Amino acid sequence: MSCCGSTLDYAELDEVSRLVSTRLAAFLRTLRDNGFPVGLAEGRDAAALMASGYAAKPGLLRSALKHLFSARKSDWEKFDGLFDAFWLGKRVRSRSMTVGSTKAANSPSLKSLQDKGSEVPGNQSATDQVPSSDDAPDGRSGEGKMEGASRAENLAEVDFRQLADPEQIEQAHDAAARLAKVMRTRLTRRDLARRRGYRLDLRRTIHKNISHGGVPITLVKRQRKDKPLRLVVLLDASGSMSLYTSVFLRFIHGVLDEFREAEAFLFHTRLAFVSDAMKEKDAARALDRLSLLAQGTGGGTKIGESLKTFNRWHAARVLHSRSCVMIVSDGYETGDAALLGREMAALSKRCRRIVWLNPMMAWKGYAPVAAGIKAALPHVDLYAPANTLQSLAALEPYLAKL
Amino acid sequence: MKTREEIAERLAASGYIADGELATAISLMQLLKRPLLLEGEAGVGKTEVAKALAGVHATELIRLQCYEGLDQSSALYEWNYQRQLLAIQAHRGEDADAVEDRIFSEKYLLERPLLAAIRRDKPPVLLIDEIDRADDEFEAFLLELLSDFQVSIPELGTVTATTIPHVVLTSNGTRELSDALRRRCLYHYVDYPDVDREARIIMTRIDGTSASLSLQIARMVEGIRKEELRKVPGVAETLDWAAALVGLDVRDLLEVPETVHETLMCLLKTQEDKARMTREVTERILGKVA
Repeated sequence: MSCCGSTLDYAELDEVSRLVSTRLAAFLRTLRDNGFPVGLAEGRDAAALMASGYAAKPGLLRSALKHLFSARKSDWEKFDGLFDAFWLGKRVRSRSMTVGSTKAANSPSLKSLQDKGSEVPGNQSATDQVPSSDDAPDGRSGEGKMEGASRAENLAEVDFRQLADPEQIEQAHDAAARLAKVMRTRLTRRDLARRRGYRLDLRRTIHKNISHGGVPITLVKRQRKDKPLRLVVLLDASGSMSLYTSVFLRFIHGVLDEFREAEAFLFHTRLAFVSDAMKEKDAARALDRLSLLAQGTGGGTKIGESLKTFNRWHAARVLHSRSCVMIVSDGYETGDAALLGREMAALSKRCRRIVWLNPMMAWKGYAPVAAGIKAALPHVDLYAPANTLQSLAALEPYLAKL
Repeated sequence: MKTREEIAERLAASGYIADGELATAISLMQLLKRPLLLEGEAGVGKTEVAKALAGVHATELIRLQCYEGLDQSSALYEWNYQRQLLAIQAHRGEDADAVEDRIFSEKYLLERPLLAAIRRDKPPVLLIDEIDRADDEFEAFLLELLSDFQVSIPELGTVTATTIPHVVLTSNGTRELSDALRRRCLYHYVDYPDVDREARIIMTRIDGTSASLSLQIARMVEGIRKEELRKVPGVAETLDWAAALVGLDVRDLLEVPETVHETLMCLLKTQEDKARMTREVTERILGKVA
């Protein structure tokens, strides 16, 4: 810190300010790496701020920079830790470690799940593709179908877990992203076509007709502005879903990219808000960022508890009257099923529709008997399979009606 | 230009008990000429900050309450159409240019909050309340205004700000704000006050509360906030409750557990929360207050 006395001559002062600005630039880089929206203007302001006496005490500087650099609550909360770590050399508290957390290394990250999905080397694929639980029925029987005439078309009907060769997986991912795009354009067009004025806007009519000397010749109608549909996706990333997560992640990436209003969450034993990470244009980089967020994917599922977190901390922000919550999960609840029921009831009060997509539903002999899904079903508006691209596409007309 | 200490003093003098960081934020607002974005749960006193800020600068507070569908004509300016029409009728037969000049003059301009804020002699505090309720389009428009501080009115020309107002934006987080807006603003998260600060707030705001009663109320409210409620009581609710207790002549919460439980309706605003706060729960929290 530049706590210099007044005895320094100019050359030394220059040296000090150069040191400070190098240090500041490094700090800005650290902040950027931690997802702070720091631009050139902020850098300039920070320099101005340090020059005008705020650097006298670390506490004051921290507080000032915190106001300048934070843009949202999460930034606000982790700033102190980052500041102390950088300027004062203290250890960063665990909650501010969004990047490079130690826990992420121990548990299988999303990226590794994704890699597992796409780099299947030959014969290993069978073990990778069969779910660990014994509920899985005849896993590999459908493979022969894929060698038909048109691959692309066939792909739409193939269960995601039966996609083995990397090229196919890539295709499926692209198709999922494309699907999201098509859904968005269609929904928007419907939106526009419906707009038609139904009430006279008196003020504007008078305004418009001043040129006619006040005789109302041109009428101005008032039209209700349609809120665009907001899609909130909650994706189960637990072990039992591992075969489907990668495709759905691509779908979500497409949805976030294309829909005007969409938010995404990931849950397993806890809930993570992933919209920001997924807004990265490049899908691979998005997944990379995601892997840092999602610790403990591939473990058990606490749907009820995750929903509780959602209801308490996120629902007010992300839900409005024209939102559809899409839960993608197999419904194997390892937590308290009664809690899941309660939270589903609370959720259904807040949003327009709840769609529950269950990839297992299309499996032969599957019945929703698990305690979790049984508790949740009464509050679900649409319960649909989602194991193929076709079944995903079938959702679109439903969403358009909301 | 005021120092942080002065600002903290002036805030206190105008009845707002601030945490230390808010004074820093306000001094930064002056230094960097940036708007201040306040976020926090409903009822933590975000709007009060703007009012107190107006007190600090001894200036006018201009408030723009945002809502869905808010547009330029109710935020910036509008022509007074009725009067324009009357003027046209009254001056029938006059030269057309003269009539036009007449009806598109200041006299027929209705000033709305945003225009008012940039045309004052002394910089006012402009409070843009609940910006998250306005549409994206309005937010984009606001961005432009906040960077240039000038407004162009086609019929009249460009109005440039005579003074740059102190801008405070508040958000309840019902919608995610755009990154562009967030970047342009200083950010301050207003949290629920700690027991000590809340007690001081009660003492300053409600006449007739003793220090011990304020502290008890603050502790009680803190305990209630820790319960899993759907709607966590804010500072405004605390003040309501304190006023109710004073009105009922309560001196010590521990003496009148019955009254305490019955007046909890000031704090609990949903059926579920009422059901959750049973008599036993009230007594348990009351037990910790002592």
